[in-house]
Amino acid sequence: MSLSTILMTVFSTTLIYAAPLIFTALGGTFSERSGVVNVGLEGMMIVGAFSSTVFNLSFGNVFGAGTPWISLLIGGFFGLLFSLLHAVATVTYRADHIISGTVLNLMAPALCVFLTRIFYNGKGQTPVIDQSMGNFTFPGLANIPFIGKILFTRTSLIAYLAIFVGGASWFFLYRTNIGLRLRSVGENPAAADTLGINVAKYRYIGVLISGALGGVGGAVMAQSITLNFSASTISGQGFMSLAAMIFGKWNPMGATGAAIFFGLAQSLPIIGGYIPILSHVDSVWFQIAPYAITIIVLVIFLGKAVAPAADGRNYIKGK
Amino acid sequence: MENDIVQMKNITKIFGSYKANDNISLKLKKGEILALLGENGAGKSTLMGMLSGLLKPTSGEIIINGKPAKMENPREAKALGIGMVHQHFMLIPAFSVLENIILGDEPLKAGRIDYKKAAKDIEFLAGKYHLEIDLNAKVSDITVGMQQRVEIMKALYRKANVFIFDEPTAALTPQEISQLMKITHALSEEGKSIIFITHKLKEIKEVADRCVVIRMGKVIDSVRVAETKEAALAEMMVGHKVNFAIDKKEVNQEKDIFKIEKLSVEAHGQLKIKNLDLTVHSGEIVGVAGVDGNGQSELIEAVTGLRKCKTGTIMLNGKKIQHQSARKIAEAGISCIPEDRQNVGLILPLTISENLVLKSYYKKPISNKGFLNYKKINEDGRRMIKQFDIRSQSEKELVGDLSGGNQQKVVVAREISAQPDLLIAANPTRGVDIGAIEYIHEKIMEQRNAGHGVLLVSFELEEILKLSDRVVVMHEGQIVGEIDPRDTSSEELGMLMAGKQQAEEMGEIS
Ligand SMILES: Nc1ncnc2c1ncn2[C@@H]1O[C@H](COP(=O)(O)OP(=O)(O)OP(=O)(O)O)[C@@H](O)[C@H]1O
Ligand SMILES: [Mg+2]
Repeated sequence: MSLSTILMTVFSTTLIYAAPLIFTALGGTFSERSGVVNVGLEGMMIVGAFSSTVFNLSFGNVFGAGTPWISLLIGGFFGLLFSLLHAVATVTYRADHIISGTVLNLMAPALCVFLTRIFYNGKGQTPVIDQSMGNFTFPGLANIPFIGKILFTRTSLIAYLAIFVGGASWFFLYRTNIGLRLRSVGENPAAADTLGINVAKYRYIGVLISGALGGVGGAVMAQSITLNFSASTISGQGFMSLAAMIFGKWNPMGATGAAIFFGLAQSLPIIGGYIPILSHVDSVWFQIAPYAITIIVLVIFLGKAVAPAADGRNYIKGK
Repeated sequence: MENDIVQMKNITKIFGSYKANDNISLKLKKGEILALLGENGAGKSTLMGMLSGLLKPTSGEIIINGKPAKMENPREAKALGIGMVHQHFMLIPAFSVLENIILGDEPLKAGRIDYKKAAKDIEFLAGKYHLEIDLNAKVSDITVGMQQRVEIMKALYRKANVFIFDEPTAALTPQEISQLMKITHALSEEGKSIIFITHKLKEIKEVADRCVVIRMGKVIDSVRVAETKEAALAEMMVGHKVNFAIDKKEVNQEKDIFKIEKLSVEAHGQLKIKNLDLTVHSGEIVGVAGVDGNGQSELIEAVTGLRKCKTGTIMLNGKKIQHQSARKIAEAGISCIPEDRQNVGLILPLTISENLVLKSYYKKPISNKGFLNYKKINEDGRRMIKQFDIRSQSEKELVGDLSGGNQQKVVVAREISAQPDLLIAANPTRGVDIGAIEYIHEKIMEQRNAGHGVLLVSFELEEILKLSDRVVVMHEGQIVGEIDPRDTSSEELGMLMAGKQQAEEMGEIS
C-alpha cells in the first residue's frame, strides 16, 4: 500500500469514528456552558441511535438513499425530547445534575432494548439497515494532488458536517447575544438575573441543544458505524464525548479537535491492521486504547481545565 | 404627587420569622438624590432589592410613575427604568469588562453582537462621566475599585431613570469617590433620580438632598440634609451618641516584628511588586496608602501565602515565612482581613460559627480526634457574635444571608480574636456602619497597644491617618514616600498619592 493510501485510510477511519463524538461533545459544551452538567450524554446518544435506526428500518424503502440523513434528524428530535427530562429535573426541580444524568443513562438502554424486543419479535437487536451512510468523495477537491486523495476521497461527509457544526457552535456561543447570555447563566446566574436574563430559559436552551446534538451523535453512530441497534451500539461514546468536551476546555472548537483525537483512538483497532509496524500488536490493546486514553486525558486535564464557574450549580432566586 | 417617580408604600419584608423591613414607606422625586442611612442589617439592601425586582415584598405596594408595579423580577424593574448597583458585585469574572457591561442589552448587527458599536457607546459614556475603565480586561484580573466602576457603568449604559447605588463608595479611593459625586450630580441635573446608600456621613452631606434614616427595619426619620448636622445624623442612625476619639497609648516600638526585604512579586505576567522593603515594629500601625492597583493586593497575597514571591524575603519575628503554605503562615502569627470578604474571607453557605472557626477547626479543642465539637463551635460563635455585635438571628445563620456590614464583622471577629503578631487589615471597615467602625478601630488599636504589629491597607485616608503611627505611600509596586500622620492632612496625603501618579503619567508622555 502506498503512503497516501495508508494516510487516507487512517484519516477517513478517524473521521468516521470522530463524527458521533464531535456532535455529542458539542452537545455537552452547550449544556455545561449554560451551567447544567450533562453526564446523561450516553443516554441521549442511545435514544438517538435507537430512534434513528427504527426510522431507517421503517422508512428506508420510502426515502431511499436520503433515509440515513433524515434518520439523523429523527435521532436529534428524540434526543431533544429525552433531554427535556434532564432539563425539567435540574432546572425546574433543581435536582442534582449528576444523579439526573445517571438516571438518564440507566433508563435509556433499558427502555430502548425493551422497545427493540417489542418491535422486532423479541430480539435484543434490530435488523441491519439497508440504507446506510457510505463514504463520500468530494467532487473537484478530490483532484488536488496528494491532499485531495488523503482528505477528500472516500471519506466521511457527516464528519465534515460535524466539524462545520463545531465552527457554527463557536460562532453561536461567542458571537451572538443568545450565546453570550447562555454562557452568562453558566458563569454567574445571579448576575445574569439582575440584568433581566431569564436563567431558566437559557439553561433549558442549553440542555435541549445538548440533547439534540447528543441524539444526532448517537444516530450517526448507528447510521454509519454499527448499522443496527443493540445494547452495545453505544458503548462509552457518550463519556468519551464528555472527556473530549473537558479536554477541549468547554470550547466548541476545542471539543471538536479533542473529539477527532478520540476518533483516532477509537479507530485504532481497525487501522492497526493496515499499518505495517502496528500489525503485530495484539488487537486487544487497540480495543482498550480508546478507554485508557479517555481516562488518562481526564486525569491529566480535569484538574487544570476551567469549567464554567456555575457548572452543576442550581440557581435559587432570592425569595 | 405628580412628580413622584417612585413610591414605596407600607413595605414589609419577612425572611422566615425575621422582619427585615417593617412597614416602610418611601418617596422619590424626579431629579432628587435621596440618601438611605442605617446601621448594618437595618434593611437598606433588602428594601432596594424589592425596588429592583430581586426580592418580593411580603406586603406593601410599589408605585412607579404613578402606576402600581408588580416587580416580579429584575426584568420588569429594568423595563421601568430602574438600575441598581449592588452592594456585592454582580459581575462575571470569566467575561471581559465589555461583555459584562452589555450583557442583556447587546447591540446587534446582522445577528451577531456589534462589539465595535458597544465599545464606542461605552467609551462615549466613559468620557462624559470621566469613568476610567479598561474594556478588554477580564473582570477576574481587575481591582475591586475598577469592578465598582464597571458596575456603575452597567447602570449608566442601561440609561436608567432611577439609579440605586448600594454602598458604591465602600471600595473606591477618595478621587474616585469625588468623581462619583460629580456623576451623581450630573445625573440628577439630567433629571434622573438617585438613591444613594452609604455609611459615610460626609458623602451624604455632599451629595444628597434628603436623607431617610432606617433603624431595625423601620423608618426613623426623613430629614433635609442641608439643615441637619453630621453628628445628628449619626445619633439618629445608631440611637445614641457616637464617640469618634480613639485611645492611642505610648508603647515600645523598638522590636522589628515584620520585615520585608527586596520583595518582587509577579501577577498576570507583570511585575507588580518591585524590590519592596517594609518594616512593621512592635506596637506600630503602618498605614499603606496609594491609588488602587499599585500592588497593594499583590503585597497582601504574597505575605499571606496566596501568591508566590519571585525574589526577596519576608520575615516574621526574625523567621522567614515566604514559600510557606497559607496555613503555616497563619500559624506563625499573621492574620488578614482580606480585601474581598465574599471570595477570600468567608464561605457564604456555611454558618456564622463555622466561619468563625475556619482557621482553628482542625485543632483542639474544636476538633477532637477528627470529630468537630459543634457544641463548642456554637458556644464560641454566640460569644463572638455578642462581642462583635454581629446582627443576626442566631449563630447558625448562614453568612450568605447576613447584611454586608455584618459579613465584614464576621471576618474581623475571626482575624482579630486570633491575637496575631501581625494583623493585616485591608479596608477593614469596608461597608460597616459608624458604630461598628468605631468598634473595629478600637480593636485594631488594642492590637497595637498590646505590642503587636498592624499593616493597614486602606483607601480611607482618614482612617489611615487616624490609626497609623507611620504612613507609607505605595506606587507601582514600590514604597515611594513616608509621612508622619500627625502633621499631614488627608488632602495632603491624597495630593501626594495622586501627585506621584500624575508625575509618572507626565513623565511617560514627555
Ligand atoms: N435572604 C435572606 N435570608 C434571611 N435573612 C436575610 C436575607 N437577606 C437579608 N437578611 C437579613 O435582613 C436584615 C437586613 O439586611 P440588609 O442586607 O437589608 O441590611 P443593610 O441595611 O443593607 O445592611 P449593610 O449596611 O450591612 O449592608 C439582616 O439582618 C439580614 O441578616
Ligand atoms: Mg446592604
